[in-house]
Amino acid sequence: MKQFIQDLAETNRYQATHLLHILRGVQSRFHYIPEQAIEQIAELLKISRTQIIGVIEFYSFFHLKPRGQYELLISDSITDHMLGKQSLINYLSEKLTVAVGEVRQDGVVSLDNTSCTGMCDQGPAGLVNGYALTRLDRTRIDQITDLINQQKPLDQWPGELFQVEDNIIEPGLLLSQSINQGSALQSAFKRGLKETLIELDKSGLRGRGGAGFKTATKWKFCSEEQGNQRYVICNADEGEPGTFKDRVLLNSYAHRVFEGMTLCAAIIGAQQGFLYLRGEYLHLYDKLQSVLDERRQAGFLGNNILKEGLNFDIEICLGAGAYICGEESALIESLEGKMGIPRNRPPYPVTQGYLGKPTVVNNVETFIAAASIAVKGGDWFANVGTEKSKGTKILSICGDCSRPGIYEYPFGTSIQSVLNDCGARDVLGIQIGGPSGTFISNKEFDRKLAFEDLATGGSFIVFNNSRNILDIVNNFTHFFAHESCGFCTPCRVGTALLKKQLDKIVEGHGSAGDVVALEELCQLIKTQSHCGLGQTAANPVLTTLERYPELYQSQLKNISYEPGFDLDGALETARRLAKRNDAGAHLAQVEE
Amino acid sequence: MSKTITIDGNTIPFEDGQTIMEAATAAGVYIPHLCHHPEFTPHGSCKLCTVKVNGRICSACTFPAMEGQDVLNNTKELTDDRQLITQMLFVEGNHLCPGCEKTGNCQLQAVAYHLNMLDNHFPHFYPNREMDASHEDVLIDHNRCIFCTLCVRASQQKDGKDVFAISGRGINKHLIFNSQSGLLKDTDLDATDQAAQICPTGAILIKRTGYQVPIGERIYDHKQIDQVSLETEHHQHDK
Repeated sequence: MKQFIQDLAETNRYQATHLLHILRGVQSRFHYIPEQAIEQIAELLKISRTQIIGVIEFYSFFHLKPRGQYELLISDSITDHMLGKQSLINYLSEKLTVAVGEVRQDGVVSLDNTSCTGMCDQGPAGLVNGYALTRLDRTRIDQITDLINQQKPLDQWPGELFQVEDNIIEPGLLLSQSINQGSALQSAFKRGLKETLIELDKSGLRGRGGAGFKTATKWKFCSEEQGNQRYVICNADEGEPGTFKDRVLLNSYAHRVFEGMTLCAAIIGAQQGFLYLRGEYLHLYDKLQSVLDERRQAGFLGNNILKEGLNFDIEICLGAGAYICGEESALIESLEGKMGIPRNRPPYPVTQGYLGKPTVVNNVETFIAAASIAVKGGDWFANVGTEKSKGTKILSICGDCSRPGIYEYPFGTSIQSVLNDCGARDVLGIQIGGPSGTFISNKEFDRKLAFEDLATGGSFIVFNNSRNILDIVNNFTHFFAHESCGFCTPCRVGTALLKKQLDKIVEGHGSAGDVVALEELCQLIKTQSHCGLGQTAANPVLTTLERYPELYQSQLKNISYEPGFDLDGALETARRLAKRNDAGAHLAQVEE
Repeated sequence: MSKTITIDGNTIPFEDGQTIMEAATAAGVYIPHLCHHPEFTPHGSCKLCTVKVNGRICSACTFPAMEGQDVLNNTKELTDDRQLITQMLFVEGNHLCPGCEKTGNCQLQAVAYHLNMLDNHFPHFYPNREMDASHEDVLIDHNRCIFCTLCVRASQQKDGKDVFAISGRGINKHLIFNSQSGLLKDTDLDATDQAAQICPTGAILIKRTGYQVPIGERIYDHKQIDQVSLETEHHQHDK
């Protein structure tokens, strides 16, 4: 072990910022982070052991106790559930003889749930030792069980288990037109960098992660900061359940993503870029590295790019299972080798980002759009869309529709026309923008995709009339409680309380005051939380409570107060010990 | 002419670089807080100091004071939210004031009184948390930790050590100690360290000093936390 960690640290140049890289290596080799490794890494990187333990306990993919040699995780996204995830994981647990959340006694395999793995168009999905498994069914589970019991190395597993499809169904402005490698940079240098920033401004491009800050303004602010060190970061920590567009963009449009980042570097004056790739997309890592190599060889990365005196390179950093790292300042913390806790703002990343230096953080799709605009000009983009939302939006459509996949639409497109295209019938409602977005009912399908109406980072989940809204809300609410970083009180305690309060209502233990209490809690979490995660964590409840108040009310018991715990249920252990089950051994919850 | 902001309609001067909290304290305006301490880098996590700045929610301890700010602090809306946040802290851990040595000296308890908190409002979590009594002079009761990180910051910024850290995620956050055994006794903490003295609740207690000051003669037995806070922190902010 000692040599392994020594080599790992050396490859990572003993940089504390590379802590996640190193821990990923250790976890992958030993299936946990042994105490001995913590001591050694602390010494080699000159950081405290508590920082390392903090990081291990923060990210879902790191463990202080051994997991199986095959770490099997099943995606817990609502879309996986709709495809029969629960009965599959039960079947898997039975076949492998390992309980969910546990390691099998022989140490060969462990099984657990994980947050959405971004395969909603080809679920139920999972991960084995970090690599994506798609289209799971009983046949595949039988196959996987055999492979694990035979202890076959992953590289000998049949490739179709790991096959990930792009499913680009409706390409538009950005996806249907290819641009030549290097042409965005060539156009920008030819036109002039200042003029290119003006074109970008003219295009009206706004950040595609969801918040919609104007891209040209962000780049301009960053370029005007003092100092000679600046950074470009591409946020590919696509964790919003139901979103998978960045997976496809990085699989098939990686050159354009890197071109967009290099363009940004030229304009703001950065020498180093990072692609922060969510850990769930490990399967893309090698391919992306080879794209970077190709670009270095072609003179689009490295020193003196296109002989224009630009020095810039890109490093890929893998996450380790934390939705919060999609928040830009948490992402920067994570890149620095720390827990992904959102920073206090101001200062904003454009003034003090990575290592305290001015930093641009943009979404994968934003960089693609910026590269295309550099070639085709601002008007080309601005001519499409609405007044406040220029261009197109790439959607990841999944759920109850016959053609799940990637769709690109001009902003301003109605929800109804999207539904017609993807083959959605008998629709109950749609979750737009993922759990942190909005649930809209089937009375609102004339609404439009746009920042001024329905903003989305790309997630678009369709639900038909066979679905139960409270099950959906419950899944989302549990997701947020699981992903809250725990930094601030309202989100840390609030999301856990919200989970309890919703469970109480859904399980039929709610009484008259409970929906009011639920709403009060939601408002508190929304207004008082530190970052976007907390501020949107109550959206699933709030947006459905607004549309279906009767649904919540109908769950309530017709009494004025019901305690949050099951009094009679709590006596179960006592009854078992006393071997009693007569009427006298039971208690009524409230006096009738 | 110095720069000014208004807090609840009153004009208050500030200097460049000051946070809203610092400007307020200097002017004798109390903004409730638990994770903030004038001697350490602000953290912004407890959210008790939430104020409304030109209509926008901000943490007073981290948000810079700027010309033209119209700050709301002592409003019913904010006080109600602060009370709910305090109640969250109470139900998250196991805070049993009558049996706690810190009662009367506890900032969490004092803030709760100040905000007129009369019950816990939310269902209790009753988490199963352990104590660490391994250290010769210092006792840790994890049941009372509110993750303010004051001990973490004090150890790093004042004591020149690195004894404490907060680990874990979400509701599973917990305080850890920098030693191979994970026990406090194997750290280099001394009872005289500021980190051992600074806990706003009863999570860190010095052994063999319990009840030396009788109940009834403790800090918050006769003064509200706003008065105590302004008396002590006004001076510290100026340093």
